[in-house]
Amino acid sequence: MTRKGRRLTLIASALAVIGVAIGLALFAFRDGVVFFVTPSELAAKTAAMAPNARMRIGGLVVQGSLSKADDRHIAFAITDNQTQVNVTYTGLLPDLFREGQGVVAEGVLANGVFRADSVLAKHDENYMPREVADSLKKQGVWNEGAVKK
Amino acid sequence: MIVEIGHYALVLALALAIVQGVVPLAGALRRDVALMAMARPAAVMQFLLVGISFGALTYAYVVSDFSVVNVFENSHSLKPLVYKFSGVWGNHEGSMLLWVLILALFGATVAVFSHGMPDDLRALVLAVQSWIAAAFLFFVLLTSNPFARLIPAPLEGRDLNPLLQDPGLAIHPPLLYVGYVGFSITFSFAAAALISGRIDAAWARYVRPWTLAAWIFLTLGIAMGSYWAYYTLGWGGFWFWDPVENASLMPWLAGTALLHSAAVMEKRDALKIWTIFLAILAFSLSLLGTFLVRSGVLTSVHSFATDPQRGVFILAILVFFIGGSLALFAFRASALKPGGIFAPVSREGALVLNNLLLTTCCATVFVGTLYPLALEAMTGEKISVGAPFFNLTFGPLFIPIILAMPIGQMLAWKRGDFFGAAQRLVLATAIGAGGALVLYALRGGPVAAPLLSGLALYLIIGSFVEIAGRIGGRGKSLSVIIARAIGLPRSAWGTAFAHAGIGLTLFGLAATGWGVERVITARVGEPIAVGPYEVSIRSLEPRLGSNYQELVAHTSISEGGAVLAEIDPSRRSFTTRSMVRTEAGIATIGMGQVYMNLADVRADGTLDLRLYWKPYVALIWIGALIMALGGFLSLSDRRLRIGIAKRAAARASVSGQAQAAE
Repeated sequence: MTRKGRRLTLIASALAVIGVAIGLALFAFRDGVVFFVTPSELAAKTAAMAPNARMRIGGLVVQGSLSKADDRHIAFAITDNQTQVNVTYTGLLPDLFREGQGVVAEGVLANGVFRADSVLAKHDENYMPREVADSLKKQGVWNEGAVKK
Repeated sequence: MIVEIGHYALVLALALAIVQGVVPLAGALRRDVALMAMARPAAVMQFLLVGISFGALTYAYVVSDFSVVNVFENSHSLKPLVYKFSGVWGNHEGSMLLWVLILALFGATVAVFSHGMPDDLRALVLAVQSWIAAAFLFFVLLTSNPFARLIPAPLEGRDLNPLLQDPGLAIHPPLLYVGYVGFSITFSFAAAALISGRIDAAWARYVRPWTLAAWIFLTLGIAMGSYWAYYTLGWGGFWFWDPVENASLMPWLAGTALLHSAAVMEKRDALKIWTIFLAILAFSLSLLGTFLVRSGVLTSVHSFATDPQRGVFILAILVFFIGGSLALFAFRASALKPGGIFAPVSREGALVLNNLLLTTCCATVFVGTLYPLALEAMTGEKISVGAPFFNLTFGPLFIPIILAMPIGQMLAWKRGDFFGAAQRLVLATAIGAGGALVLYALRGGPVAAPLLSGLALYLIIGSFVEIAGRIGGRGKSLSVIIARAIGLPRSAWGTAFAHAGIGLTLFGLAATGWGVERVITARVGEPIAVGPYEVSIRSLEPRLGSNYQELVAHTSISEGGAVLAEIDPSRRSFTTRSMVRTEAGIATIGMGQVYMNLADVRADGTLDLRLYWKPYVALIWIGALIMALGGFLSLSDRRLRIGIAKRAAARASVSGQAQAAE
């Protein structure tokens, strides 16, 4: 093979690999990506969204909304102080899940109820999921003193 | 007073770093031996000064000097002594000081162990290294001063984040930083080569031990971080495709590619432009990781207090070094002569394929990590790119790498025999395929589990086929085989072990498909089945630690009535930060682990538990240890020792001329 031919082989294989990678990435972006919304955005966008689209919602756990049907069937509501979304969840709640605290739930919306399959709470008293912190700041209910270390 | 000495030493280190960045550079450009000679003592002195500074901060932590803001915010007089030491870098300011310390350590190491190197190359390397040190010393002193005082001094500190009060903190960050920062040396070598315009096989020889050392520590650091997350976060996950983890994976991928392309450059004087580019890329990705973790762009346990000013500062450092080196690269790259030529099917060809796939893998991780940030910055829309994305992109790209690894080992330089190599791998392939079938018959599970474990077996066996061919043979006695095995270059063993380590890790990953997970409410004494074992909590015991209270569940694990292991999972309440942390109980049985986490204790005495049986899970980290062992073996190869490089350089230039004449 000539030097030119070798170079062509190299370029062709590089393009093939990169092409495959781009294809995989685009394919994976279709369902590997999850949007984050606030309860208000969720209410506004419900009609426009594909059914069974996975998403994350974040906000504060409504005071007094936590109820446990039995051991691990849990229901609570998330609010951004404008709109409230009811959430159901089966499983164990994280250590730092509290009423009145920030939380992020991931799952699908079905018949007006958000069915979560994972619930994330703050990692520690300084950490709040960034999306929640941002949306709380936007709504002016951010309590700087409580979160700042 | 000692704290002020530490602060002052840091300022002196900065001043010295600026001098060391300028004088040897001028010396190298003007060929002035005296100016170049300044680099070595300066690099050693810089390390000593940063060391004094680091020692002063450690002292403040050990004696609990709460008049230092940093100590007040992150320590407590009752904190166990080991966490007073490791707590020094369990916060933003201290961890940046550790960064700078390791940066200076690498500079000093180059200064001391570089007898065989040309004077001008050494001077340039140390000058560039010192530029990086100066930039980060500026950063520490201007935005993250760990020595700031607090008057009046509080009586008690706020304690370290309980998640960080763990032996992992003593090990993970230093290992990871040695890895991250180790690539600064390869970067400095690349920049030095570009400045001097001499880029040849000898350069690859000088730079390889440093790349290898950085790679070893990065491998260990990532593995240690993964194991720490696994046992501390309480749900048995060990890799989350979290941006912070990706930030360490990207330099690892680029560094792995660099190791392999540097081998081609060293042996065959080819891929020069590409190798230099990878050296720049690996460190750029390390800087990007530092930026992502330290700037507060991302929120995680790794980002401590955030301050936008710091983010902008690190971004400026990032732009300066990446931009500057790429500009230099663009300026010089066109002048490089292409080196030795090779057929597509050859050792070089295989290594090019390795590089192509590894950098593409790296690119997919890069896209998945930064796309959400870019999207949010541009449209305000918030998304999270999670495990499904990376499994779909990274996975399919990594499988061909694994298939090609044993084949590449067996191809000859310049022109290889693909079918010959494939023929020698028949046994490995058969064991892989057979193993997959047997595992599927025995354990079932999702199809990916037996398939990937078969692939892992193929890789583990295949990694040693080449060595077996060199030391074995028909009718050879055992003593001949042993003598040959010892006589083989250590780097050959290093390659085999590093590749087999990947296989072991892959096997551990594949076996997660056979894991059992139970979320259950139980009482004391009630037996619970998990996989092949039975778990039973014998008793609960409240205990008092130095700065926490805990409830311990004494638990035994048995199989068929015989007790195999005892574990003590617990829930700890940390008083100062009023925070709860669970300590998982983990029992290693064979290569698998029973993992138990006390999620909740209720008023009526029942316990919410997470229980896992994870077969072969320990192989994930053992594989990483074996990879690192391979790296150490390679590092100990006599060909890489300093001084030998000089003779090899002479040889390489002779063979280079021979090729040019060809």
